[in-house]
Amino acid sequence: MNESLVTARGLTKRFDDLTAVDGVDFDIQRGEVFGFLGPNGAGKSSIMRMIGATSPITAGTLTVFGLDPYADGREIRSRLGVVPQENMLDEELRVRDNLYIYGRYFSLPRKVINERIEDLLAFAHLEDKRTAKVEHLSGGMKRRLTIARALINEPELILLDEPTTGLDPQARHILWDRLYRLKQQGSTLIITTHYMDEAEQLCDRLVVMDQGRIVAEGSPRSLIEEHSHREVLELRFPVGTQESALLKLDGLAPRQETLADRVLLYVDDADRALAEVSARGLQAESAVVRRSTLEDVFLRLTGRSLVE
Amino acid sequence: MTTLLARVASPTVRPSHRVRHLLEHNLIVYRSVWWVILAGFFEPVFYLFSIGIGLGKLVGDVPGPNGELVTYAAFVAPAMLAASAMNGAVYESTFNIFFKIRYGNTYKAILATPVAPGDIATGEIVWSLFRGALYSAGFIVVMALMGLVESPWGVLALPATLLIGFAFGAVGMAATTFMRSWQDFDLVTMVTLPLFLFSATFYPLEVYPEFFQRFTQFSPLYHGTELVRSLTLGTLDSGLWVNIGVLVGMGLAGSAVIGRRLERLLLS
Ligand SMILES: Nc1ncnc2c1ncn2[C@@H]1O[C@H](COP(=O)(O)OP(=O)(O)OP(=O)(O)O)[C@@H](O)[C@H]1O
Ligand SMILES: [Mg+2]
Repeated sequence: MNESLVTARGLTKRFDDLTAVDGVDFDIQRGEVFGFLGPNGAGKSSIMRMIGATSPITAGTLTVFGLDPYADGREIRSRLGVVPQENMLDEELRVRDNLYIYGRYFSLPRKVINERIEDLLAFAHLEDKRTAKVEHLSGGMKRRLTIARALINEPELILLDEPTTGLDPQARHILWDRLYRLKQQGSTLIITTHYMDEAEQLCDRLVVMDQGRIVAEGSPRSLIEEHSHREVLELRFPVGTQESALLKLDGLAPRQETLADRVLLYVDDADRALAEVSARGLQAESAVVRRSTLEDVFLRLTGRSLVE
Repeated sequence: MTTLLARVASPTVRPSHRVRHLLEHNLIVYRSVWWVILAGFFEPVFYLFSIGIGLGKLVGDVPGPNGELVTYAAFVAPAMLAASAMNGAVYESTFNIFFKIRYGNTYKAILATPVAPGDIATGEIVWSLFRGALYSAGFIVVMALMGLVESPWGVLALPATLLIGFAFGAVGMAATTFMRSWQDFDLVTMVTLPLFLFSATFYPLEVYPEFFQRFTQFSPLYHGTELVRSLTLGTLDSGLWVNIGVLVGMGLAGSAVIGRRLERLLLS
């Protein structure tokens, strides 16, 4: 059962003198949904492209399906489904032709492709658009088509680089549902995202990345337990009064983060903390009680917010 | 041996049977813009009518490659054929390819599949040869109808134009992989226009002073023109092997560069 599909040791990617990926280690098991969570420029896409055998590694080792991406690139790519961060669809071609020609690149027989196209159009909810030119599709439709395209070769491993960026909330939830179905059918998924809710919903295991390094690893739940308190009290004070409010908050919470526009108190019981805030005579403009998320973990580990 | 091969051609640079998928891709794209292909056929035909026939009336007969007099139209037609093979290949391999590398993401998406840079390079060259073959065949038929193909060897003018297409297509594409902006394309015209004008296209080489004649030997289009002209006029001699050698060498040199450059540009 514990079969590692992707193994990286000291994996490094440099562009001239910029180090995009700085010696990372990870193992991705067959059947799991594995996530890379991190802000812009953390190196997520660079890792995806190296796994996808379209970007040579600079140092360290990387195996995919036990193969070397440099020497066995073709073999690896034939077993992968890739959803790049930018769609890279063939805008000149119709929806159907995009799927068809992509299938041909995998040397699939025409008959097989034509059968799969029907299923994939249904999967992507694009049955009515089959003869539309891609350049006339909406952003969300293009994204769905890109995902459908990645499935034409029935891949064992699917790489999704920010699959839901640019989608509206409803479309995101539908897509999460589709991805969950793929997982249930036995596919292995690797997802990058900077949405912590996406990571929490989809990933069995994830790594948090920052500036090319892995700063934490585990299941969403274990990461939150390990690196954050159970609940968060978010306080917003009237403009100009946050400074003075901070003095009064002193010692109230085991951990406190001060952002430009609000204060976060990390506690085990946020309601009790809120009562204490009032008892100290503080008047917050707004107070939100919520559970800790991966966003808080990230803030804790890097001192920065995930979505800038 | 294997390590040596690996160094000469990395796994992504060697072309494979997947080249045919690239051709199929281009067929699908051009299915809806077939008239673009049709338009390319008329250009040399118009030149032939205006210069060969019109100017030919004034010029009269001129000496062919072996010194025998031929009509001006029969002299200039094969040069038009050779020049249009060059222009077609250069256009296809520079403007088109530059766009696909820089702006269209087509290649990057393709490279996420088992298709590799070597397949793309080979596919694009073979495609431009297909296109060139269509034009050349049409033009040769027009020439034959007008009585300008004076020898059965003229049939070989078709493969000769493919060789010209290969030579210029490969070098053009190799050059394109080094281009940074559309401005660089002015350089392309700066090279092809003099080639077109000074490759014994419109008049025999002997018209020029001797030092200029030697200069012309360096024009690859001159070798193409000589080749095609000798075939349609049936004036073959051993010098043809030099013409063929130059064009083959040019094509191979270009091809050797392309796969490697595409790899660097697209797989970073
Ligand atoms: N082809 C390239 N050439 C030069 N630098 C690059 C290239 N690709 C990425 N980089 C740099 O590498 C770093 C990591 O980029 P990468 O795209 O991997 O980040 P990311 O985590 O995917 O970010 P985002 O969330 O914005 O997509 C960035 O600083 C980026 O500028
Ligand atoms: Mg990215």
